[in-house]
Amino acid sequence: MNRISIALDNFGRAVLSNVEEMGKILLLFVSTLVWMVRPPLKVRLIFKQMEFVGVKSIYVVVLTGTFTGMVLALQSYYGFRMFSAESLVGSTVALSMTRELGPVLTALMVTARAGSAMAAELGTMRVTEQIDALYVMAANPVKHLIVPRIVASVFMLPILTIVSDFMGIMGGYFVGVTILNINEGSFVRNITRYVDLDDLYNGLIKAAVFGLILSLVGCYKGFNTSGGAEGVGRATTEAVVLSSITILISDYFLTAIMF
Amino acid sequence: MIELIDIHKSFGSQKVLDGLNLTIEDGRTTVIIGKSGGGKSVLLKHMIGLLRPDSGRVIVDGVDITRLGDKELNEVRKKFGMLFQEAALFDSMNVEENVAFPLREHTKKKDSEIREIVRERLSAVGLPGVEKKMPSELSGGMRKRVGLARALAMQPRIILFDEPTTGLDPVMTEAINELIIRTQKNFDVTCVVISHDVGSIFKIGHTIAMLYEGKIVEYGAPEEIRKSENPVMHQFLAGSLEGPISIM
Ligand SMILES: Nc1ncnc2c1ncn2[C@@H]1O[C@H](COP(=O)(O)OP(=O)(O)O)[C@@H](O)[C@H]1O
Ligand SMILES: [Mg+2]
Repeated sequence: MNRISIALDNFGRAVLSNVEEMGKILLLFVSTLVWMVRPPLKVRLIFKQMEFVGVKSIYVVVLTGTFTGMVLALQSYYGFRMFSAESLVGSTVALSMTRELGPVLTALMVTARAGSAMAAELGTMRVTEQIDALYVMAANPVKHLIVPRIVASVFMLPILTIVSDFMGIMGGYFVGVTILNINEGSFVRNITRYVDLDDLYNGLIKAAVFGLILSLVGCYKGFNTSGGAEGVGRATTEAVVLSSITILISDYFLTAIMF
Repeated sequence: MIELIDIHKSFGSQKVLDGLNLTIEDGRTTVIIGKSGGGKSVLLKHMIGLLRPDSGRVIVDGVDITRLGDKELNEVRKKFGMLFQEAALFDSMNVEENVAFPLREHTKKKDSEIREIVRERLSAVGLPGVEKKMPSELSGGMRKRVGLARALAMQPRIILFDEPTTGLDPVMTEAINELIIRTQKNFDVTCVVISHDVGSIFKIGHTIAMLYEGKIVEYGAPEEIRKSENPVMHQFLAGSLEGPISIM
């Protein structure tokens, strides 16, 4: 009996602290929105973050997108072959990439690369008092540090997702047509027949939402770091875990709403 | 004038400031001394609203800054320059961008003008020609001096120095002391300096305040402090192991 009540107590505490954290992240989001519309916008800082989040992620996105498309083609080929529907491999790859795997894989890769770096960078700035220095010079850290990262991420994730979608379909084409000898004409025809522009657009909306999640969580964890180098490490890990979970959960709900 | 009235501040169960009262007078240099980990940096951060007291008031030029919102607090902060204990330079920016930061943020000066000011401030702290270096390429003492140049960039009316000479060689220490004295005199600014260095204390301080166990236990002109009978002050000035200040 006692043990159960302790367990319930702990569970309750865990839920409460999660709810509290969600609330704080939402507050940070609101203050980001406020500072976003308050001029002057730090355009130079936004471009710098776009380069960091976007340009420097292209390599991993190309690599993961290509191989995901390739393995999708391979797997669906083995399945469809059983009832001689190999010509559907192309459209299967294209639909999976645009609706699901393009946005989700891109977001997870960028979380690992850039979301973690945001937490580490802001965390270091916090523990070395650089954030205090901003306050002292009457410069708002949300405007200088967080707005550029969030704007850049929301903007760059859809672009990276297009790259990922495209590379995935190319990978699928390579495996399907070149290696597995699926008829090229029907491979391409089925893609254009079954894949709408809406599939692409909805995937890109997802990507933008994921960009918001990973940058917001990364900035939140970094901004609220305490406890020296160890604290920075903890913030970084927590940012990656929380972002990844939130991305996957919100993916389900976004899909349920959109498709 | 900065008045701290009955300030209490705890972190968790650790009481750092315990009913502290202190007045910083305009146009003078007040030196705050006390043992490491005694709360001197915490005290300094209260003066500029980086930390809010659990209770008590911080009054800067007649305004209680513990009650201000972000916007009003920023206006008050524009009167201040601050040198952090570890300099707190932005490590994504080079030295020039660091020193120029407040100028770019709060003035409409032209780039060439700003560069000129930066050059002048850097040579004042004995670091001409380091503009293009990144903070990570500098020694601790150099970083501190760049931090000092940044604190002086806007010619603030109140300057807070957190251990400006700790970790510098004797010659550099002397140069920084001279710089503080000169800045204070020439621009008639209010300086608050945290220091451990007994030599510096008497050289630059018009008033000396001793922080001990969360309170100011001694306050006065250097001559009075030298003659102080307070055992805490005695021990501190003599650097003795014997006395009320415990090593832990
Ligand atoms: N932000 C903080 N959170 C928790 N504890 C703090 C914080 N800032 C300072 N402290 C604690 O307060 C005490 C006084 O610190 P500080 O003012 O830095 O001492 P010093 O007199 O050496 O400058 C230390 O024990 C320190 O651990
Ligand atoms: Mg200190």
